[in-house]
Amino acid sequence: MSREDVLVTADWAEQNLETDGVVFLEVDEDTTAYDGGHIPGAVKVNWTDELQDPVRRDIVTKEQFEQLLSAKGVGNDDLVVLYGGNNNWFAAYAYWEFKLYGHDKVVLLDGGRKKWELDGRTLSTDTKDRPATSYTAKDADTSIRAFRDEVVDAIDTKNLVDVRSPDEFSGKILAPAHLPQEQSQRPGHIPSAINIPWSKAANEDGTFKSNEELASLYKEAGFDEGRPTIAYCRIGERSSHTWVVLRELLGHTDVKNYDGSWTEYGSMIGVPIELGAK
Amino acid sequence: MCGAPDQSLTLPAGTDLEKETVLAGRVVAGGEPVGGAFVRLLDGTGEFTAEVVSSASGDFRFFAAPGSWTVRALSRSGNGQAELVVDGPGLHQAEVLVS
Repeated sequence: MSREDVLVTADWAEQNLETDGVVFLEVDEDTTAYDGGHIPGAVKVNWTDELQDPVRRDIVTKEQFEQLLSAKGVGNDDLVVLYGGNNNWFAAYAYWEFKLYGHDKVVLLDGGRKKWELDGRTLSTDTKDRPATSYTAKDADTSIRAFRDEVVDAIDTKNLVDVRSPDEFSGKILAPAHLPQEQSQRPGHIPSAINIPWSKAANEDGTFKSNEELASLYKEAGFDEGRPTIAYCRIGERSSHTWVVLRELLGHTDVKNYDGSWTEYGSMIGVPIELGAK
Repeated sequence: MCGAPDQSLTLPAGTDLEKETVLAGRVVAGGEPVGGAFVRLLDGTGEFTAEVVSSASGDFRFFAAPGSWTVRALSRSGNGQAELVVDGPGLHQAEVLVS
C-alpha cells in the first residue's frame, strides 16, 4: 500500500468536499470542537459513545457498526475521509476500526483539524444530514487486534511498542499531562516493551513524518522488522496512530493494536510490570 | 478519557494542589489572549508530553510533575514558547507570547 492510499492532504480534501462518493467524518473523544465549526459537509462521530460499546468496555459489535454507518449515511462503496482533533488520535482509532470491519476505502486527512485550522481553511457550523444507507460490515479481522493473553505471551518474543510519553512509560505519571493523575491502575510498562512515543511519528502541525524519517525512527529505537508487533498506549487511540504508521505507511504485515492498553494491562492481577526508563 | 479536555480557568473538581503539579497559563499576542492555539508541553529533554487547545480566553493547563518544562504554542497569530522550572506540587503560572 502506498502513502497515497492511506493519507490525503488538506488541499486534496478542500478540492473534494463536494465529490460524490466521498464522505468526511470528524471523529473525537469529545466532539465539542465539531459543534464550534468543522470541515464543510463533515459528519460528526463521537468516539466515546458511537465507536465504543455503551456498556461493556469494547469496540462496537459488527451489528452496531453497521447501524452506525447506515445512520450516518455511509455506503459500502464510499471513500471515507477521517479526521479529528488531538493530533488525529481518535480518527486513527476509527481508521483501525473501519479496517477491522472490512471497510478498505478509508483514508486519514493528514494533520487533521490542527493543520486545517493552522492553515486558516474554512470551518462551517452547518450540519449535513446524509440519507440513511444499509451498510454491511465484514466479520472483525482479529489479525489487527491484540487481546490481553497474547500481549502477556508476546513479552520477549514480539515487538511490544509502548507509544506513551517517556514519563508514562517509566511509571512517573499514569496519564498524559493534560489530565489529572489520580488513577487506579499500577504505573509502568510491559516488560521488554520499547518506548517510541506516538509524537515522534508526527510533525508539529500534526502531519505524519515522511516514510524515510519513520523507517529510521523505529530502526534506531530497536524495532525488530523480523518480528510481529503489538502497539499499545493507555486506552488504544495513540497506539492506533502508531498502528497506522507501522502497518499502513511502512507496510509491516503483522501489526496489532492492543486497544485494552495500559488501563487494562496495569489493572490485571499478577502480570509482570517493569518500572523505569530504558 | 485520554483526549485533551476543554480548557477553562477553573480546575476540575477534586484537584488536590497539595499533590498535583499544575502548570497553567495564557497564550497572548500583542496583549490580547489567543484562543484556539495548540499548546504543547515538552519535558526537560524536549520530548513531547501533551497538547491542548487554548480556550477563548487563551487559557491552558497541564498536570505534570516537578521538573523543567517548555510550553510551546502554535497559532494563526504565530508561534512562541516559555520555559518553566517547577520545584514541587501546586499551581504554577506561565504566559506564552506568540508572534
